[in-house]
Amino acid sequence: MAVKKKPKLAVWKFASCDGCQLSLLDCEDELLAVADKVAIAYFLEASRAVEKGPYDISLVEGSITTQHDAERIQKIRKISKVLITIGACATAGGIQSLRNFKDIKEFVSIVYASPEYIETLAKSTSIASHVPVDFELQGCPINKRQLLEVLSAFLYGRKPNTPAYSVCIECKRRGTVCVMVAQGIPCLGPVTHAGCNAICPAYNRGCYSCYGPMETPNTASLSSWFGRLGVKEENLVRSFRSFYGSAEPFRKESETHE
Amino acid sequence: MKSKTIKVDYLARVEGEGSLYVKIKDKSVVDVKFKIFEPPRFFEAFLRGRNFSEAPDITARICGICPIAYQMSAVHAMEDAFDVTVDGQLRALRRLIYCGEWIESHALHVYMLHAPDFLGYADAIRMAKDHPAIVQRGLQLKKTGNDIVALLGGREIHPINVRVGGFYKVPAKRDLAPLAERLKWARDAALETVRWTATLNFPDFEQDYEFVALHHPDEYPFNEGRLVSNKGLDISVRDYDDSFTEEHVQHSNALHSVIKGRGAFFVGPLARYNLNFNRLSLLAQEAARSAGLSPVCYNPFQSIIVRSVEILYACNEALRIIDQYEKPDSPSVQVQPRTGTGYGCTEAPRGILYHRYSMDDTGVILDAQIVPPTSQNQKTIENDLWQFIPKHLDLPQEMLTLQCEQAIRNYDPCISCATHFLKLRVDRE
Repeated sequence: MAVKKKPKLAVWKFASCDGCQLSLLDCEDELLAVADKVAIAYFLEASRAVEKGPYDISLVEGSITTQHDAERIQKIRKISKVLITIGACATAGGIQSLRNFKDIKEFVSIVYASPEYIETLAKSTSIASHVPVDFELQGCPINKRQLLEVLSAFLYGRKPNTPAYSVCIECKRRGTVCVMVAQGIPCLGPVTHAGCNAICPAYNRGCYSCYGPMETPNTASLSSWFGRLGVKEENLVRSFRSFYGSAEPFRKESETHE
Repeated sequence: MKSKTIKVDYLARVEGEGSLYVKIKDKSVVDVKFKIFEPPRFFEAFLRGRNFSEAPDITARICGICPIAYQMSAVHAMEDAFDVTVDGQLRALRRLIYCGEWIESHALHVYMLHAPDFLGYADAIRMAKDHPAIVQRGLQLKKTGNDIVALLGGREIHPINVRVGGFYKVPAKRDLAPLAERLKWARDAALETVRWTATLNFPDFEQDYEFVALHHPDEYPFNEGRLVSNKGLDISVRDYDDSFTEEHVQHSNALHSVIKGRGAFFVGPLARYNLNFNRLSLLAQEAARSAGLSPVCYNPFQSIIVRSVEILYACNEALRIIDQYEKPDSPSVQVQPRTGTGYGCTEAPRGILYHRYSMDDTGVILDAQIVPPTSQNQKTIENDLWQFIPKHLDLPQEMLTLQCEQAIRNYDPCISCATHFLKLRVDRE
């Protein structure tokens, strides 16, 4: 009987902090079991052994910020049967997409002594704005439980269970008293995609939306609530313009308060 | 005339994207380039105009492996600017969460990134087939570190509970009890790790380094102390910019951090250990001695033993802090922004991480500077290669390439960190 070959997994990195791919190595209890089910064929952070493509599943971390990377993602798409983006950088441009609101030349000259040597694009963009993406996993960083869920789902040909409702649902499930209602702490939870398990309110802090917009967020309504809690316009701009600042609903909302 | 080159286009088992290029001609090394081509992300630029309170969350995103280091350097710099002191149990909790990060990051490096070099594997997963118990021990040690960070910080990567002035929420004493149980196991596992790493084979390679680390009168350093070296440096963190600078080196694509007037220096576990040996717990000191390490170690390949000694120290220190913990009345102290500049330097797992911020009277950031450890080590890494390769030219190409990679991995370089500040030069030919 022919032995079925293990599906090949590749992990790719673009502009990012490495945190989302580290989430896979942070599955300390599951890592060896995962390696039993899939062949880790390309994962430079973990291994110097590289198997040639094509790959059954490619996990892509990071945003596109250079011409070289814009070309590299095209090649990766061609050798990947399934391409899954992991994290805020890959799905929405990440914190480095704050450059999208500014003049990049000024940015380069602030950080670098010899700006003429810096090769960079004016904008930091998501993977999906360059190539078709099969699934986007949200979060800065992603949740490792959700990563395992998504990997299992694709390995077994089912839909991943990663609800797009708001963080509020997770607070209710967790039994956390609403920090905005009870304490008047501004919280982006009502417009933020679930997945983190509502950590911030459980630590007595408002959500700062590191999982990006939920589906159909009512950002205007939340902004007016923030106003009633005494949040100034410039802080509203900062609130919507952070780890998911370039995601469409947040970008638009931040611009209405400028 | 015989010439050959060693090229590694994408260095593996480092954090971020870097490459190595070595050119050898007539049995001598004529070019070494440890290149960083990770794209820049401009943190120092977009921090301008953000509120001071956002700095710990934003700068954490420079590095997914050592976010606590970024948060700690940021909060200390802000507190320096606003003349705020965080002490007592809040200060102890900061040390505790840093212990977690050291354990997590060091265990990752010792077991998953560095050990495979010594034992001849491409990665820890392949190593696990022959050494399952060893890899399991590494993973569980790493998990113990992550458990500390997750409990105090909310999650392992980019924790959410650190703020200027303290924390958003502090644990009750009973919340820490399960950690203590795991840490007792981890302390034994760390001791085993020291013993095990001491049995590895180390190339004979010692250099006359200048080691730089924080030095505190009473403690092995995490967050506070003076910056000292084995060659006479002894300065306040506030004077960092007076003593350190970056210079352009002809053969390299990057500017390198140097000590003004002297040159390359060495930061990280080896530097901390050499400059603070007698601040280690007695158990850690004894373990180091039994492993054959003297209180000063000049061989960077042995940094894997020193990292293990630091894991052991961090387990000891975490247990001490948990034992003496009483829940403070308030999770943070009041912070009132004012115009000024603040300086922070803390010991990231890979070495000193320097932050400087200037704020206006409302606490809006006007200027930011961040110097991560890997940038500071970059010149020393290249110097090591210049010295190491000529002695090993008789090795087959594949073996020599592997040993060059290992020499780089001695420093646990974090290229993701490095790029965000590195003044990167791209040569177009």
